[in-house]
Amino acid sequence: MARATRVFLLLLLVLLSSPSPSFSLYEDQVGLMDWHQQYIGKVKHAVFHTQKAGRKRVVVSTEENVIASLDLRRGDIFWRHVLGPNDAVDEIDIALGKYVITLSSEGSILRAWNLPDGQMVWESFLQGPKPSKSLLSVPANMKIDKDNVIFVFGKGCLHAVSSIDGEVLWKKDFADESLEVQQIIHPLGSDMIYAVGFVGLSQLDAYQINVRNGEVLKHRSAAFPGGFCGEVSLVSSDTLVALDATRSSLISISILDGEISLQQTHISNLVGDSFGMAVMLPSKLSGMLMIKINNYMVFVRVADEGKLEVAEKINDAAAVSDALALSEGQQAFGLVEHGGNKIHLTVKLVNDWNGDLLKENIGMDHQRGCVHKIFINNYIRTDRSYGFRALIVMEDHSLLLLQQGEIVWSREDGLASIIDVTASELPVEKEGVSVAKVEHNLFEWLKGHMLKLKGTLMLASPEDIIAIQGMRLKSSEKSKMTRDHNGFRKLLIVLTRAGKLFALHTGDGRVVWSVLLHSLRNSEACAYPTGLNVYQWQVPHHHAMDENPSVLVVGRCGLGSDAPGVLSFVDTYTGKELDSLFLTHSIERIIPLSFTDSREQRLHLIIDTDHHAHLYPRTPEAIGIFQHELPNIYWYLVEADNGIIRGHALKSNCILQEGDEYCFDTRDLWSIVFPSESEKILATVTRKLNEVVHTQAKVITDQDVMYKYVSKNLLFVATVAPKATGEIGSVTPEESWLVVYLIDTVTGRILYRMTHHGTQGPVHAVFSENWVVYHYFNLRAHRYEMSVVEIYDQSRADNKDVWKLVLGKHNLTSPVSSYSRPEVITKSQFYFFTHSVKAMAVTSTAKGITSKQLLIGTIGDQVLALDKRYLDPRRTINPSQSEREEGIIPLTDSLPIIPQSYVTHTLKVEGLRGIVTAPAKLESTTLVFAYGVDLFFTRIAPSRTYDLLTDDFSYALLLITIVALVAAIFVTWILSERKELQEKWR
Amino acid sequence: MRAFRVFFLFSCLGFALLVPSSLGFQSDELLLDDEEFGLEGGRSPESFRIRSQPSAPQSARRRSSDFGGGGGSDSDSKIQFSLEHAFGDSDFSPAGAFSARLKTSNHGAQTLTKLRFSRNAFTEAEKEKFEKLLQGDDFYRIRLPSNVVSPPGREYIISAVKARCLPREALDEHFFIHMDGVNILAVNYGSPGACQYPRQLKLPGKWSFNSHYILKNTEQAPRAPVFAEEILGGEEGEGEGIKPVERSFWAKYWMYLIPLGLIVMNAVTQALNMPEEQATGQPGSQGPATAAVQRGPPTAVRRR
Repeated sequence: MARATRVFLLLLLVLLSSPSPSFSLYEDQVGLMDWHQQYIGKVKHAVFHTQKAGRKRVVVSTEENVIASLDLRRGDIFWRHVLGPNDAVDEIDIALGKYVITLSSEGSILRAWNLPDGQMVWESFLQGPKPSKSLLSVPANMKIDKDNVIFVFGKGCLHAVSSIDGEVLWKKDFADESLEVQQIIHPLGSDMIYAVGFVGLSQLDAYQINVRNGEVLKHRSAAFPGGFCGEVSLVSSDTLVALDATRSSLISISILDGEISLQQTHISNLVGDSFGMAVMLPSKLSGMLMIKINNYMVFVRVADEGKLEVAEKINDAAAVSDALALSEGQQAFGLVEHGGNKIHLTVKLVNDWNGDLLKENIGMDHQRGCVHKIFINNYIRTDRSYGFRALIVMEDHSLLLLQQGEIVWSREDGLASIIDVTASELPVEKEGVSVAKVEHNLFEWLKGHMLKLKGTLMLASPEDIIAIQGMRLKSSEKSKMTRDHNGFRKLLIVLTRAGKLFALHTGDGRVVWSVLLHSLRNSEACAYPTGLNVYQWQVPHHHAMDENPSVLVVGRCGLGSDAPGVLSFVDTYTGKELDSLFLTHSIERIIPLSFTDSREQRLHLIIDTDHHAHLYPRTPEAIGIFQHELPNIYWYLVEADNGIIRGHALKSNCILQEGDEYCFDTRDLWSIVFPSESEKILATVTRKLNEVVHTQAKVITDQDVMYKYVSKNLLFVATVAPKATGEIGSVTPEESWLVVYLIDTVTGRILYRMTHHGTQGPVHAVFSENWVVYHYFNLRAHRYEMSVVEIYDQSRADNKDVWKLVLGKHNLTSPVSSYSRPEVITKSQFYFFTHSVKAMAVTSTAKGITSKQLLIGTIGDQVLALDKRYLDPRRTINPSQSEREEGIIPLTDSLPIIPQSYVTHTLKVEGLRGIVTAPAKLESTTLVFAYGVDLFFTRIAPSRTYDLLTDDFSYALLLITIVALVAAIFVTWILSERKELQEKWR
Repeated sequence: MRAFRVFFLFSCLGFALLVPSSLGFQSDELLLDDEEFGLEGGRSPESFRIRSQPSAPQSARRRSSDFGGGGGSDSDSKIQFSLEHAFGDSDFSPAGAFSARLKTSNHGAQTLTKLRFSRNAFTEAEKEKFEKLLQGDDFYRIRLPSNVVSPPGREYIISAVKARCLPREALDEHFFIHMDGVNILAVNYGSPGACQYPRQLKLPGKWSFNSHYILKNTEQAPRAPVFAEEILGGEEGEGEGIKPVERSFWAKYWMYLIPLGLIVMNAVTQALNMPEEQATGQPGSQGPATAAVQRGPPTAVRRR
């Protein structure tokens, strides 16, 4: 009996301590270590609808090609659709009071979405002969046979589309007349529309069209010898104002009964003594237009007979909304101006400049920058007067709702357009935790464990289970602002397209700090700034423990690659911009070197477009370290458009820039020229710089050893036939091929070259340790394929003799020179793969012991974890017994997709663009961050958490078990003693 | 092999010549068998067709007439392209010439075969320059045209090596030329063996070149493993990797068997204990008997 109890307890213990498989999650583990955030991107258009009092929503379209319906009360997403990357939304509107109409893909796709739930009602593809400007016009009260008509101009054609079913009622082709329609005017209550546009540069044409059948009733044209610059604004149903080619005068165009009359007014006459170039701002204010000139925004009122007069002149850091129709024919518009750390919101009547309907001052975080856009909406207050709310889009792409002088809600939608990510450590925990805190927590702790115990023994009531779940989710452990023992808590430093840097906590995804980088803001010194990358600048660990870590943000002032660069240094603990540099040279490539100075600042080499190398940080110490390593620094440049890869070495200080000792001249060492008629560079991939390889040797079957060719200087290049750079299926298999290369970037040596015939890009590849996995399309098999190449070093292969190793007669520790002729062998294998791929990454762990998993961003915006073992080139159809023991899986033609291995489980990372992995301190675990329009973070353990007990491991139960065991031992001991005694007495 | 080299040393006045094959120096075979050399990379005729260039054959023909000699036929013509070298950052100057046969296949695609190389010996000035390179551990650079039919093609192909890697007894060099039709993609230039780091300054014993060279075309990927489909039947990818293996009875049910065994053992020991207790009754009754037996002899002795 006693023995049986013991066995039972042992079994119990074994069952308890076995780690739960991390390959998949249980339902109640969702949200424990992962988080998911949904964003929409920078709002381009917004349409309010106040259908019923209870459902106040706004429909927006964004620069990330998202259409979303947001709750006006809280800013939550009701529904959302992410259109494809090439399907940019041009305009949105509401038709019939129940459909959202979107025009996208440069006026070629018109869709209607159901307002309440976002279901697509209909979709029309509008064809036309040539690309052109696109316009959408949804007249409010135009009925043709009980049908509301939508007018779309796109691809050179004017279409009339039924709003009920999306049927094209008629189509008028303007391509022959080469008319570029600028405005579609619908005079109230009439049965015709006017299409007004330019022919060439100096002729204005107006077509009067019958809305019922598209018949042209009248065609008038007027020539303006000065020419137009193409900017037009509609001020009333019969008047337009255009800007002339010299941008110095305005031409008011009135179309009365189909007849055109022009009237020219010089801007200098209006504004006074100004000679700047005027830009017309798009506006929809009746009787008024806006122009921007010399940092001023000028409101110009159009009086009768096309006379123009200035209504107001304000500073240009302002945003104006479209006109909003109030009752009794009045129109209002919103205006936001900046003043100090406040913004001033004014709502005015269009025809009465001084009649302010609303004037509010709202405090605004200066990290949001200036206001870019404003959309206003009215509502009836409790006292029956008009109230206004304003939706504003800020410089950092965030979206805010203002009402009653307050920010009702805000959304950080800049996070939908992440450019680069890096992980940073949190501060070390300070000593000295107060006793009271512990005692307070003790009861909670006990209660928690009791609940957990109940849960484990399946005694918990449903309420208890909810309590356990809640406790797990908000366990304060994971959102602490200090470093943890396992290294799960980190900061993700994220650079967005708006030039804002965010620090996200890995525990719960909250924004710890955010900073709108001063150097990446549009200014006099830096026009069109673009962020490029984030690098770890200073990671203090040995010498400089008291300093905060910092990151380097690299940007560019301008759009071309020859634009001057910008560097910015940001403290990752506080989010303060420590320093920023406007460079005199451009940035072609940034090379983080493997040297750090005494302050643990990493040396970075920036290559400019003239192939000069510039060293940062610019300190004498850095130059000292660098001079020492100068002959051993090589770099390469891929000229993808040219089809050339060049290798360079550093020579000496720049000749041209005398006295600049941080500038170095370089020289060409090698070049690889791909024949332009047969190959075009499609993808290049290198190993991650911070990747750790645990062992160079790989023990294979029959106790043999293979040595991995682990080199930091390998480059994977994939080229395709120039014809095959288009869409899949645009070429036949015979004229399409893919060539892959492994190139040593020090000597330019091609270590591996392989042609795949009948295949096509896009190529996604990942390079880790000594292997590359790449993904492409096989035209012959009509399937996607994934290939693996592993490269092994043969020159070390004879180091198998134990005696050699013991006696030190091996070459394992001798330095490796790239100039030695490498003796490598490569192994490769090909597999079919079901999905097309958006992004690919590989897990990385602290010591590189744990086996690797590939993280594949699928077309369905999910992240799939695929064991590297499936992509082993040594897989054979019938592996021998010893190979099976080694873990080689029998060869199959396609890679398995196991539904449980989606790391995103049920969630989708809409618009997935990248996957970033970072090692945790715990060897078994990798932190995974996937970004696109949405963000998703989790941690995964490719070989399961072999070095960690799970979070829900019940220590109390373990304790009770031990106590029970000890008790059982005593009981059995006493029992056996008693029995022995009895036997002795016999 | 040695004799072979000596023969060419005689005939080419010190110009080393080795056979363009990764196998070694078996030149005769390759000279006879053009096809095999052209197909060294394992390219199928199909790939030739893909790489065809309509303009190339004409220029090749023109060249062949320029050279006067050549094969005479359209499908085979001689071609020559020069190797240039530079010392450190100096300008490039001629250093030798490669000659080869341009084979045009029926599809119009062209390949090079029978590569020959003649290396110019260093002049005194060049020797000095090279010694300077050795002193400064600087780069010795070479270049080839990227198109052998119309040199230099789009651009020159450059390769470089630290000068200290070359000298052995003589100057050992190794060209690994990656070709694509008539285009040279890349050339890997360096010493044929290892180059020790740190590099020691060592002057060559002989100022002559010992050149090795290989011409290589692209390898073709084998077809994706469709065979697996036949073997595994129509089975689809899902979960193939974790196909359950037929396991023995013991492997399947050990978790039930062990407790069962324990229970049985327990029962057996108990069962054994029970008869033991009963059995101890019998020995108990026998005990006195033996005792009696044992006691027997003394009595017997006493009786004696």
